[in-house]
Amino acid sequence: MVNKLVTDTAEMLEEKTASRKAVVHSTAYPEQAIGSPFVKNPKMSMRNVDVFYGEKQAIFNVNVDIGQNEVIAMIGPSGCGKSTFLRSINRMNDTVDSCRVKGELTLDGEDIYSAKMDPVALRARVGMVFQKPNPFPKSIYDNVSYGPRLHGLASRRAELDEIVEMSLHRAGLWEEVKDRLDQPGTGLSGGQQQRLCIARAIAISPEVILMDEPCSALDPIATAKIEELIAELSENYTIAIVTHSMQQAARVSHRTAYFHLGHLVEVNDTEKVFTAPEHELTEAYITGRFG
Amino acid sequence: MQTANLLVVLLALSAAAYLMAHGRSVALARPLGGIRHLHSLPFFYGMRASIWCALPAIVLLALWLMFDEPVISMVLLDGLPASHQPSSAADYNLLLNSIENLASGALSKDGADPVLLSAAEKLSNLRNTGQLLVTAVVLSLGTLGLGWGWVKVSPQLRARQQVERVFKSLLLACACVAILTTLGILLSVLFESLRFFQAIPVTDFLFGTEWSPQMAIRPDQIGSSGSFGAIPLFVGTLLISMIAMIVAVPVGLMSALYLAEYASPRFRGLAKPALEILAGIPTVVYGFFAALTVAPFLREAGEGMGLTVSSESALAAGLVMGVMIIPFVSSLADDVINAVPQSMRDGSLGLGATKSETIKQVIFPAALPGIVGGVLLAVSRAIGETMIVVMAAGLAAQMTVNPLETVTTVTVQIVTLLVGDQEFDSPKTLAAFALGLMLFLVTLVLNFIALRVVKKYREQYD
Amino acid sequence: MTESKQSHTAIIQRSLARRYRAEKRFRAYGLMAITFGLLCVALLFTDIISKGYKAFLQTSIQLNITYDADVLGISDLNNKQQVALADFQGLVKKSLQARFPDVTGRKEKRDLVSLVSSGAGYDLRDRLIANPQLLGNTETLWLSADDDIDTYYKSMGDENGAFTGRTSEMRQGWIETLKQDGDIKLGLNRVFFTHGDSREPEQAGIWGAAMGSLFTLIITLSLSFPIGVAAAVYLEEFAPRNRWTDLIEVNINNLAAVPSIIFGLLGLAIFINFFHVPRSVPLVGGLVLTLMTLPTIIISSRASIKAVPPSIREAAIGVGASPMQVVLHHVLPLAMPGMLTGAIIGMAQALGETAPLLMIGMVAFIVDIPGGFTEPATVLPVQIFLWADSPERAFVEKTSAAIMVLLAFLIMMNTLAVVLRKRLERRW
Repeated sequence: MVNKLVTDTAEMLEEKTASRKAVVHSTAYPEQAIGSPFVKNPKMSMRNVDVFYGEKQAIFNVNVDIGQNEVIAMIGPSGCGKSTFLRSINRMNDTVDSCRVKGELTLDGEDIYSAKMDPVALRARVGMVFQKPNPFPKSIYDNVSYGPRLHGLASRRAELDEIVEMSLHRAGLWEEVKDRLDQPGTGLSGGQQQRLCIARAIAISPEVILMDEPCSALDPIATAKIEELIAELSENYTIAIVTHSMQQAARVSHRTAYFHLGHLVEVNDTEKVFTAPEHELTEAYITGRFG
Repeated sequence: MQTANLLVVLLALSAAAYLMAHGRSVALARPLGGIRHLHSLPFFYGMRASIWCALPAIVLLALWLMFDEPVISMVLLDGLPASHQPSSAADYNLLLNSIENLASGALSKDGADPVLLSAAEKLSNLRNTGQLLVTAVVLSLGTLGLGWGWVKVSPQLRARQQVERVFKSLLLACACVAILTTLGILLSVLFESLRFFQAIPVTDFLFGTEWSPQMAIRPDQIGSSGSFGAIPLFVGTLLISMIAMIVAVPVGLMSALYLAEYASPRFRGLAKPALEILAGIPTVVYGFFAALTVAPFLREAGEGMGLTVSSESALAAGLVMGVMIIPFVSSLADDVINAVPQSMRDGSLGLGATKSETIKQVIFPAALPGIVGGVLLAVSRAIGETMIVVMAAGLAAQMTVNPLETVTTVTVQIVTLLVGDQEFDSPKTLAAFALGLMLFLVTLVLNFIALRVVKKYREQYD
Repeated sequence: MTESKQSHTAIIQRSLARRYRAEKRFRAYGLMAITFGLLCVALLFTDIISKGYKAFLQTSIQLNITYDADVLGISDLNNKQQVALADFQGLVKKSLQARFPDVTGRKEKRDLVSLVSSGAGYDLRDRLIANPQLLGNTETLWLSADDDIDTYYKSMGDENGAFTGRTSEMRQGWIETLKQDGDIKLGLNRVFFTHGDSREPEQAGIWGAAMGSLFTLIITLSLSFPIGVAAAVYLEEFAPRNRWTDLIEVNINNLAAVPSIIFGLLGLAIFINFFHVPRSVPLVGGLVLTLMTLPTIIISSRASIKAVPPSIREAAIGVGASPMQVVLHHVLPLAMPGMLTGAIIGMAQALGETAPLLMIGMVAFIVDIPGGFTEPATVLPVQIFLWADSPERAFVEKTSAAIMVLLAFLIMMNTLAVVLRKRLERRW
């Protein structure tokens, strides 16, 4: 009798935990991302995107637009595929042998993965800033002029100088480094290095800049500077930023996309996402139930 | 007793010491209530005793083996009358040799100098006494050690600490073999070189432009004065090394880059070990290949083009040496290239660089210090390579930078001067050591710089 | 703004073709480099195998040999001096003259006798001593042909015609006769695997050198492995971080890159001239190679000790093991596979080494097969060097064959190392 009671309780307990888990995990992912994933005249549009690493699927049927000159933040718990998604936007995933991307991704209406689209030309139009600052072991000047030189964007030295100065200006680094352009970029502080990488990216005047957790390796002061910079850059550029800091997303972005385990759950105006999330997974994440 | 037998007896003695001390410690522990009342395990008491038994005796034996001959020779010479005292080092060796031969019976005793005969007898006696003496001393030392080890066994004895201290010292001694080796190399080449430089001025050796190491055996001999200007050898060595590097550096570097950056894992898995076969082939095989296949081929090809190619051309030796060094360069370069962080590649590709642009403008410059270090190591290896040049390069010391002609190298001359029977003291033999000293110093400096550079480089990305 | 972006894209597009051409070119260079390296491997192996495979065969000639006591000049087989002085080669001479009775003239006769190896007499002597009742009787025997005949006979089927060299037309005729009668054949070359060196190519074998290599390697392994492991253990587990340790480390790394010939000079000056160890013996060779391989073994042993995770040491220390017990009970057993792999690679390096052994006199011409560590010997690579230097054409074949044997050993050792690493390697 007692035994029976014990097993019963155990079973009940099990059921209970199972159902609690279900609250978070068994919720069907929405067929379409909730909110307003699409915009008018998008800069980039992604339809039915699946990404695989070998046999493993990392991104499931994502549909979203990125508007002209907007900052879109991609948030979500770690391992949710936001970086993978970002890297498939400028075909950085091409360098990973086992990675395959399916679906339709367009930039100004051109198919990114079509045979006609050249990955090199694409990456010149869709620039990228990485998680860890990765200046080349060259001088500051050479770091910034690397892209323009590659692509032949300056025919004279003076033109190149101009591009370098302008890029550093825009990245808010000019005043700090103008006297030591010939010194190695690796000698700068972490925040300066990341701004150098941003200057390097904008030196080739990309149309879109992808930022993959650009502040995760930086201290709060450097982070604040980068965030300020993003706000300024958004006047001229379209920016997609992956971050796992909700505060950062709230501060810098116009729209926010919430990813969960490879699914795009909700896309909305940033304010709305953080004040009135529509999907329970988004709400759970925003309110800190997991993350 | 023969040394080998003596060693066996000593080992048996030390095994006995182990057993006795082990037994005694157990026996002492029993009334106390078991071995946990001992300071250390019985094993350590046993080891301590056997170390005491064997170690001092073996050290003594080793010292004796090292120094018995010089001591005996000294005693022997002291006993000779003034008329027989040797006047020079050459005489000294000659004298000792003849006494030796008399003693061993290799030289007939009939009609030999009576003084030498008595010396030979004395030598035999000295040797016998020495052997006897050392046997007695070694065995008594062993027994004393055994006794000491046995007597000292007590529950309070810190046997484990003592054994471990000896163990650690032995390890340290092994580690110091490396230093002793370097010291040995330095002393042996330096000492003989100094003797060489007493006969031939350093400046003549370093800056002389003629090399013909034939020395007159008798003073009145004509036409073989001998000149020891090493410049032609240096030129020849550099020429062949340079040809080797011209082959090895681009090929090794490009294959490393291709394997690291382009090749599929499958291709890499097949091509890399296949290339490394080249590193496992003995140099004598390369020498054979150079002398019998490459050199004749080059000569015929040269004839076809109207060029005279020597059958021992620098080109043949250099080419084959280059092939030998390919895997060396490529594996060093591979390490270095893989140490460049992936984020560098991402950064460059993300800006729209092609793979080759990334390699040429980001990876290569980033890896440059490491690659330079690797190339320096390769140069040092090319300079010191012996068999290929001995078999495929010539002996004629010519001052030429024409790769189709015959040149000779430092290592070739060392081998030529030292192989065969020579008197050990002639400048000709000593010259080999002077060349060895140059070789050692140059490669040492190259290695030192290269290893430093590579180490610094690695630390940069760690 | 839009306009400038348009022009940017245009500029980039225009340069793309050129940049991709450069990309292709660069890739092609890489592929060419690898192809060149692989081609060299293939060329080396085909060259040596094509030159050497025939050395495993030996031409022999069938003759009726009569052990004529008068020709031999032996009256009593127990008389050692008589047997030693007996003219066994005379038996061969007589038998050949009986086979070709119409040969006259001194030079022709000399040519005829030299169809058969000048070492054949020793074989006949050994046969007679083993079977004393042969004296006065006749037996039919296959005897090794002379190296010139061997070379000629082996090359008879070649496209460019046979290599005649020192084989005159008359000798060619005799060979033709023998061939028609089935009295000349190619058989397995046993001599090559059982004999020591010889001036006569058909009598030369690698067994002596192989034994020399074996004795040398035994010394090398039994010294360098324990010393190397001990040094590695000290440096990894006990060494304090100070200048002395740094010095040892710098020394080891430098020694690994010192030219091998320098170690030969060290051996000559220290072991031979200072300690008076005899020349040409495996003992000195082994000592020199020990010093040479020590850095390799220390470096690889250190790497495998480093690979043992610290958690295991901590666990052992945690239950009260002393540092020595930690090393002996845990670190060494776990690191052993890696150390053994390193040792095998070091031994392979030692087996292929030539230059330092030339310095210590292991280059002497030694016919006898060495029976111990202090008997004069040579080693396989030095034997290859000696034969490569010999003028007789037949030695080219022998050299290549000896190289094949040496390479076979090296490949076996390296395969063993790879297998060992695969089988025993632990992934932490």
